[in-house]
Amino acid sequence: MSKSAYATTDEKRDRNIVAELRRVTKRFGDVLAADHLDLQIREGEFLSFLGPSGCGKTTALRMLAGFEVPTEGDVLLDGEIVNRLEAHRRPVNMVFQHYALFPHLTVAQNIGYGLKQVRPRLPRSEIAEKVSKALELVRLPGFENRRIWEMSGGQQQRVALARAIINEPKMLLLDEPLAALDRKLRKEMQIELQNIQRSLGITFILVTHDQEEALSMSDRICIMRDGRIVQVGSPQDLYDRPMNRYVADFVGTSNFFDGRVTSVSGDLAEVTLDAGLTLSGRPIDKVSAGQAVSISVRPEQVHLTRTGGGEGQLPVTVHNRIFLGEHTEYLVIHETLGEFLVLAPRQSELNEGPFNTGDVLQASWDAGAALVLDRN
Amino acid sequence: MRVYATLVYLFLYIPIGVIALFSFNAGRHASQLQGFSIKWYGKALNNPFVMDALETSLIVALVSATFASVFGAMAAVALHGIKGPVRTIFDGLIYVAVMIPGIVIGIATLIGLVTLFDQLNPMIAAIWPGGFEPPKLQMGMLSLIAAHTMFLMALCIIIVRARLSGMDRSLTEASADLYATPMATFRQVTLPLIFPAIVAGFLLSFTFSFDDFIIAFFVAGSETTLPIYVFSSIRRGVTPEINAIGTMVLGVSLVLLVTAQILLRRGEKKSR
Ligand SMILES: Nc1ncnc2c1ncn2[C@@H]1O[C@H](COP(=O)(O)OP(=O)(O)OP(=O)(O)O)[C@@H](O)[C@H]1O
Ligand SMILES: [Mg+2]
Repeated sequence: MSKSAYATTDEKRDRNIVAELRRVTKRFGDVLAADHLDLQIREGEFLSFLGPSGCGKTTALRMLAGFEVPTEGDVLLDGEIVNRLEAHRRPVNMVFQHYALFPHLTVAQNIGYGLKQVRPRLPRSEIAEKVSKALELVRLPGFENRRIWEMSGGQQQRVALARAIINEPKMLLLDEPLAALDRKLRKEMQIELQNIQRSLGITFILVTHDQEEALSMSDRICIMRDGRIVQVGSPQDLYDRPMNRYVADFVGTSNFFDGRVTSVSGDLAEVTLDAGLTLSGRPIDKVSAGQAVSISVRPEQVHLTRTGGGEGQLPVTVHNRIFLGEHTEYLVIHETLGEFLVLAPRQSELNEGPFNTGDVLQASWDAGAALVLDRN
Repeated sequence: MRVYATLVYLFLYIPIGVIALFSFNAGRHASQLQGFSIKWYGKALNNPFVMDALETSLIVALVSATFASVFGAMAAVALHGIKGPVRTIFDGLIYVAVMIPGIVIGIATLIGLVTLFDQLNPMIAAIWPGGFEPPKLQMGMLSLIAAHTMFLMALCIIIVRARLSGMDRSLTEASADLYATPMATFRQVTLPLIFPAIVAGFLLSFTFSFDDFIIAFFVAGSETTLPIYVFSSIRRGVTPEINAIGTMVLGVSLVLLVTAQILLRRGEKKSR
């Protein structure tokens, strides 16, 4: 494994920009599939596009690959505007959602396809050698002469990956490459993709609508919504400092309490909830009095205790309890806040005895752990 | 319902079965069976008129099926690449061309060509250097090939178009993504994948052309194709020899049609 495996995010921040979207807009008739996208892609990073179905992830990827021409704005590769450069002239490769392997060719012919197009022609022996190396890299050694339809879904996925990385592209684009695999295989391939990315140092751009996948694999995540980029940042950034409720909701699980800002003082803001209660929290972005906001509290930030009743503690009733091993997830009910989730470490139950359904407990959290987020 | 279906099938296939059966008849009457023999096959194959007609039919079928499948495939690929009203209009015209009854095509081609030849022949004669007999355009094998090609091309376009639209668009995109130029993509991806459809189109065209009587009757001029020969000899009575010819044509046609079907099925499965 190369050194880049241990490169920190900070180190990657200083790298060259390999690709860039500058105010890129794409319209399909009346549909605005991409709306003023601005994004810089750094050399060697693993970037994910995350968003719900139809938010324009594939469209953004296809403009980088050269299958779509932007309606407005510029796409840059290596500092050059390539809006109209055809796909076959771009040093970029793509792994398609349904793999798009050529059914009439063998595994080796599929993988060697890109090398075969190189002019002047490469010697056959060189292609064969690279193909078998690529097959080893994706852990399919000796599968050269298999037919595509003789391969399982997971194996086809690996062939598609090998076919793309054998060309040593500047950038590898992956459009939901794991969506068709079952859960277990998907986990395996996630780890494998990460390993391959680190050992080759190729920039990976992954499209997904699986937040767990994006969180576990990426250096940076680009959250999209309705053709726009909402926030770009490292997984931790997005988890700890979401710009708005949409991001907090998309990255991890959170409890949201809607209300309006009543006052702002220093680091904290007072919010009067629609339910009547007043809570304070830490605004991530600037907020002003009267603004419609949500207070977001992550389940693991909530503490449950059996006794207390002091200030800032909320009496709750345990409604449901799911034992997850190291953690236990509780669905609790507060009479004005309603239901919310709590994720408590096993230690808290070991200290105080099991919290059973129907028990009345005290819930609390640090004011700094409650985020005040714009509601859009 | 089942009885009804059985009756329909019997009605369709009994006459064909009878023809095949009587082609092996030892006697020379078409109405009573007198033992098994294949002598009528030998007789048919030794008849110079039959062999002449067969040769004409084979040439016409081969040439028009080749033109139809090659040009049809080219047209299909071109049509696949365009969008909008042009495509809609062409698609409509192609379906109409396939559905027009043979007799209309026959008459229309006859009238069209005769009119054209009447215009052209004096012109050719006028510019022809003196001393030689000027060539005269007339109905014959070429006009028959032209008429068959026109009609069968529509068929081939439809077959190849169906194959193209069943093909995953991401395959050609993947090829482009892997640095293949549009021409290389066509050669290495599109053509191999539509090839079974082109061959199937060729085989179907061949059978259609080989079996065709109506169009040939109008535009073949003095040429005699096998169906025309059969038609004219039937007027002198149905002999076991005719039955033998019919059975052979049926056999060859069936083999070609089944091959075409298998090719189309297999191609579909592969592209999934
Ligand atoms: N070729 C096209 N013609 C017309 N509309 C299109 C085309 N491609 C995409 N769209 C529209 O653009 C929008 C964004 O599509 P896109 O495929 O980029 O979404 P996505 O985020 O990849 O969604 P998914 O997660 O479902 O794949 C959608 O509303 C879609 O209907
Ligand atoms: Mg998509």
